[in-house]
Amino acid sequence: MSLTTAHSVVAPSTNSKRIAGVLVVGYALISIVPLLWIFATSFKTPPDSIAYPPKIVFQPSIEGYCNLFTTRTRQTPEYINSLGPATGFCDETVRKRNMVIAGPSNFLPRFVNSLIIAFGSTFCAVFLGTLSAYGFSRFKVPLADDLLFFILSTRMMPPIAVAIPIYLMYRELGLSDTALGMILLYTAVNVSLAVWLLKGFIDEIPREYEEAAMIDGYTRLQAFWRTVLPQATTGIAATAIFCLIFAWNEYAFAALLTSGTAQTAPPFIPTIIGEGGQDWPAVAAGTTIFLVPILVFTILLRKQLLRGITFGAVRK
Amino acid sequence: MLNRTADNVARATPEPLAKRIRGISDKGLAWLFISPTILLLLAINIFPLFWAIYLSFTNYRANRPNEVVKNLGLSNYRRILGDQDIWIAMQTTAHFVFWTILLQTVIGFTLAWLIDRKFRGHAFWTTIILVPMMLSPAVVGNFWRFLYEPQIGLFAYAVSFLSGIPPTNVQMLSNVELAPWAIIIVDTWMWTPYVMLICLAGLRSIPEYIYEAAEVDRASNWRQFWSITLPMALPFIMLAVLFRGIENFKMFDMVNLLTGGGPGSTTEVASITLKRQAFESWRTGYSSAFAIILFVAVFGLANIYVKALNKVKQR
Repeated sequence: MSLTTAHSVVAPSTNSKRIAGVLVVGYALISIVPLLWIFATSFKTPPDSIAYPPKIVFQPSIEGYCNLFTTRTRQTPEYINSLGPATGFCDETVRKRNMVIAGPSNFLPRFVNSLIIAFGSTFCAVFLGTLSAYGFSRFKVPLADDLLFFILSTRMMPPIAVAIPIYLMYRELGLSDTALGMILLYTAVNVSLAVWLLKGFIDEIPREYEEAAMIDGYTRLQAFWRTVLPQATTGIAATAIFCLIFAWNEYAFAALLTSGTAQTAPPFIPTIIGEGGQDWPAVAAGTTIFLVPILVFTILLRKQLLRGITFGAVRK
Repeated sequence: MLNRTADNVARATPEPLAKRIRGISDKGLAWLFISPTILLLLAINIFPLFWAIYLSFTNYRANRPNEVVKNLGLSNYRRILGDQDIWIAMQTTAHFVFWTILLQTVIGFTLAWLIDRKFRGHAFWTTIILVPMMLSPAVVGNFWRFLYEPQIGLFAYAVSFLSGIPPTNVQMLSNVELAPWAIIIVDTWMWTPYVMLICLAGLRSIPEYIYEAAEVDRASNWRQFWSITLPMALPFIMLAVLFRGIENFKMFDMVNLLTGGGPGSTTEVASITLKRQAFESWRTGYSSAFAIILFVAVFGLANIYVKALNKVKQR
């Protein structure tokens, strides 16, 4: 065995590499099937989606996407024939099922809520987190370890346990079912992640830069602004994406504390129903649209992923 | 990068404004930077926690805000600790946490160990494997209901195809025996990559010279695995178990969407019980007491565990 690996005695042999490759690729392929199935289902017609055996080859259709964005009512064929020509592909598809489009669905407003709440809370969490992380990283803060642990411990509470008093508090303050209330809550949850991650990133920036800047006459604040922040941009961007993904994916708080105007997409998507049960192509369409941004971010974040999911505990 | 910063620093000249702000001491600045975060956490996390502690001693019901609130002392806590349903929910939670962590650790570590062979294309396939854990557990968990659907669902179809059981009999979500496993499967599918990623970091942190030394000593591969690989990766594995343990103890979204605690209460984990008590029966005081007990339990267990983790690290 050691004859074939001339460069290093411990490098895995070609054979063991091949077996490892086959096993890992096998796992990857199986684990990706549910996601491919979501994507495929979003392009099926409702009858195709519930066919037995499940259809792998099918005629693609955007009916699921039509149904996702509209609400429809059933009408008599006579009424449908009395209408003018169909105004678009969705209109035509819907009419074939003896229905007419009654109006837009709630998906778009819910999706916009998700955007506003995720970006709003991410901005606040990263802003507060950067300041605190710098404070913890560079100054002697009394009880620093205790404060950092306190910041982290706020994440150990089960969300439902937090939601009970928050529900009451928001009811008193008029923040129930508002975007502002959700932004505040997600900021509070995310700021712990932001502080821990950013402290790690800022710790890695040598103090000498700021010291040099301060010798040149900068104040501490200017040194922070002009030398530390530009160096920390990668870390800040990675942290922001982690906060964004959390806020985007969050379900428990959203399901308990929002019901209408401020509801986000995760509690909304499971409630998409058609005639006679769940409209799976529409659910799949909503899921696909909801997941695509995260897929893009995951690929961008590849290198920082480990750090993000361990609160900066593992840095590689 | 380095040069650019140095240039920036060199180019910069002190501004008059600087002299005025210079009054802020480092200590003042530290507090100025840290206090907004602490204030936010006090307002959104700590104040509600104390409110919950207060409520846990009362019979308050959130759906009857005008009713007179009675102080019950410790009776909520006493009732919870004597409540059969609560103990069943805790057992369900423990069962769920135990099996998900066991499966995720075994599969996750194995995958990491295989990926560490560095076969051709390993980086690409690692990224593919990582995708499920980044997605919303609620939105993806919801879709698993479709995959689990008897007959038309892909999962049920695959199971019946491989095992020969009639596809209408694969009732993953409505069978009392299978429903907990349906949730364990989805959770394992979703979070194995998480454990894998941390284990991979652990394996890569082992310096090559240790293996070289072992090779010189003619230690078998088996021996190398048990006396080098596993012990040196152990702190990482334990860290992954800690994070997954806390998360799965709190598990709500996936269970709520897949089974809602059913059939009956076979998958009713602690968070579901809490939600049913707090937001369906509106026993706010009682559920607050349960929430406090859960928090103390997670916090206590995590602390003990971290102590153990630090011991392993120091070895």
